[in-house]
Amino acid sequence: MSRIVAAMSGGVDSSVAAALLARERGDDEVIGVWMRTHGDMPEGYEQSRSCCSPDAADDARRVAQLIDIPFFTLNVEKEFGARVIDAFVDSYLEGSTPNPCQACNQYIKFDELLRRGLAAYGADAVATGHYARLEYRDGRWRLMRAADADKDQTYFLWVLDQEQLSRTQFPLGDLTKPQVRAIAADLALPTAQKPESQEICFVPLGDYRTLLEERRGYAGDPGPIIDADGTRVGTHTGYAHYTVGQRHGLGVALGEAVYVREVQPATNTVVIGRRAEVAQRTFTVDGARFTAGEAPRERFNASVRIRHRALDVPAEITMVGGDRFLVETAEPVWAPAPGQGAVLYDGAECLGGGRIVRSDG
Amino acid sequence: MAVYLDHAATSPLRREVLEAMLPYLTQHGGNASSLHASGRRARQGIDEAREIIAQGIGAQPREIVFTAGGTEADNLAVKGVGWAATSRGRHVITTAVEHKAVLNATAILERSGFEVTILPVDADGRVDPIDVAAAMTGRTTLVSVMAANNEVGTIQPIAAIGEIVRGHGAKFHVDAVQFAAHASIDVDAWQADLVSLSAHKLGGPQGVGALFVRRGTQMLPQIQGGSQERQRRAGTENVAGIVGFGAAIRRLASDAGEPDRLRALSGRLLQGLLALDGVTLTGHPENRLPNNVSVVIDGVEGGDLVAALDLEGIETSTGSACTSGNTEPSHVLLAMGIDPHLAHGSLRMTLGAETSDADIDATLEALHAVLPRLRGIWGVRPKVTVPA
Repeated sequence: MSRIVAAMSGGVDSSVAAALLARERGDDEVIGVWMRTHGDMPEGYEQSRSCCSPDAADDARRVAQLIDIPFFTLNVEKEFGARVIDAFVDSYLEGSTPNPCQACNQYIKFDELLRRGLAAYGADAVATGHYARLEYRDGRWRLMRAADADKDQTYFLWVLDQEQLSRTQFPLGDLTKPQVRAIAADLALPTAQKPESQEICFVPLGDYRTLLEERRGYAGDPGPIIDADGTRVGTHTGYAHYTVGQRHGLGVALGEAVYVREVQPATNTVVIGRRAEVAQRTFTVDGARFTAGEAPRERFNASVRIRHRALDVPAEITMVGGDRFLVETAEPVWAPAPGQGAVLYDGAECLGGGRIVRSDG
Repeated sequence: MAVYLDHAATSPLRREVLEAMLPYLTQHGGNASSLHASGRRARQGIDEAREIIAQGIGAQPREIVFTAGGTEADNLAVKGVGWAATSRGRHVITTAVEHKAVLNATAILERSGFEVTILPVDADGRVDPIDVAAAMTGRTTLVSVMAANNEVGTIQPIAAIGEIVRGHGAKFHVDAVQFAAHASIDVDAWQADLVSLSAHKLGGPQGVGALFVRRGTQMLPQIQGGSQERQRRAGTENVAGIVGFGAAIRRLASDAGEPDRLRALSGRLLQGLLALDGVTLTGHPENRLPNNVSVVIDGVEGGDLVAALDLEGIETSTGSACTSGNTEPSHVLLAMGIDPHLAHGSLRMTLGAETSDADIDATLEALHAVLPRLRGIWGVRPKVTVPA
């Protein structure tokens, strides 16, 4: 007999993942775990939309009861606060765009939960409701895109190494979202009709500015918005309130659409550009990790994805020492944002990736 | 069948208690306030239970007020007496190790302008009666001290404190919710004016409690409505629950050998625990409830240990079921001066009527199995091998 931890967020995907595991468990034991990642949201906030609210805990518990598995709550507030929320805030303060879902996978779901699941529950592996697949081929685990290309979440999972992949299961990898909803309805799970959660679970109403002030005392000083020539064209409310590629909230009228091209913390400056000026063909990536443990070669071809649900673009990758690589894309890509993942694929296989660095980094 | 070692959270309903309750759930369906025969039959069940409980603690039946549980009894005592005595003063004394029902009730009084003194405890969780005496002022109207702690099982010197409180003319409330299951109570020996009880801690049903209110004690009701319970607690009585409460108290009285049996079992469990590395007893070594084994275990998170034991079929607790889910270590352990880091590793096992020698063996065996695994988590990542 072995045990597996089913990470349950209270959403439909992880509910069905747990239900499928429980249905096919045989002699194995499935243990439902809901993680408390942060304190309660303020009054009035529509908690049921967020994956980590007390309402979500109720939903997860009800699903666990219905599919007849033990259910525990794991408090990871401290780790989540440091590794995900603080990192999220600091990313803005560095002029970068944070990637909290990837950080949560890297440090919480496939690290804290995995380690504590192994130790506390005597489990062998963690299963999540991610849309991704795993294959064991030619002596190693491979992270593969989900069957449902529209839902594929490998963009947030590229950080997983062989140890983690060997201890992971993705029960939804071969299913489409409509199939998952149908299973949830068949099993009469209370989460069957829950809407997709699009927002970041710890940012009420998508307003991250409050968080910058609460956690780091950053209220924002007004500063210049300049164009590519250095001409001042407007005033911003504080550099950390802007991210590369952002179009709205600039208050600049130049006769055509303009976008944030660069955020400069040192001078509290936001640089904007027209659509064509925000596209790039080369950028550098650091914090590289490869699911195989190392890069395929010093120089290799891969397709690269620079944001969730963006199209992949063919590129040539050149390792440039340490954990950095250079990406040269065949076509210009829209607004590579410092801090975001640049994730590499070989066909359906996710090879790994890294974080886009500032052009001056 | 799981080994259930969480009787301080709730002690499962006893068969004879259920049998006493059943007629009141199936046949005697009246409202005890009704004039007709069905109502009178329900009233009889309540009257009989009230007599049994009063007799069990050395009180008069009219001094028993039924509530929906121990927490309500605590709230009624603290707030009801606090507010009724404001012409004499607004000073309330309690201790740092009380149940949250008392601590949070006094906190509400404090927000309404009362002065609240929270007395410290020693490393064993005991309150010093001298501290009570020193804290008494001319404005003190109520002192609330628990008879036995729900987390570590420490028994307080209640009679000595009662003597002091009565000498000052204040009212003395004793939360005896945990104590009542294991020893007889004499409200006069305690010199108590108010005593909280709960049915489900002694094999009765959940959702029923009682407050002893000594005759002549002024108390403002905290629930407004009809004139039930001599206008001290409004609302239709939980007839079957109250009958079950009485049956549970009656059963206790006939079980004189049980405390010694539990003391022997818990002693053996504690010995086995202390033989493991990094285990420390919490609470008083002798003056403690006979069924309570409380420890802190270095290098583990209590919640993880409870989950791990549960998966081995051993049901335990980190401390209080009422505060589980908190990230903060127990206020009781902190008040006893236990290091906060160590306090995270708290484990409480509370034995009961069905606990057997074999259960103790199984528990120790499970602890031996899970502790090394749990302690690994604070070190390096467990070694992971890729299956062939």
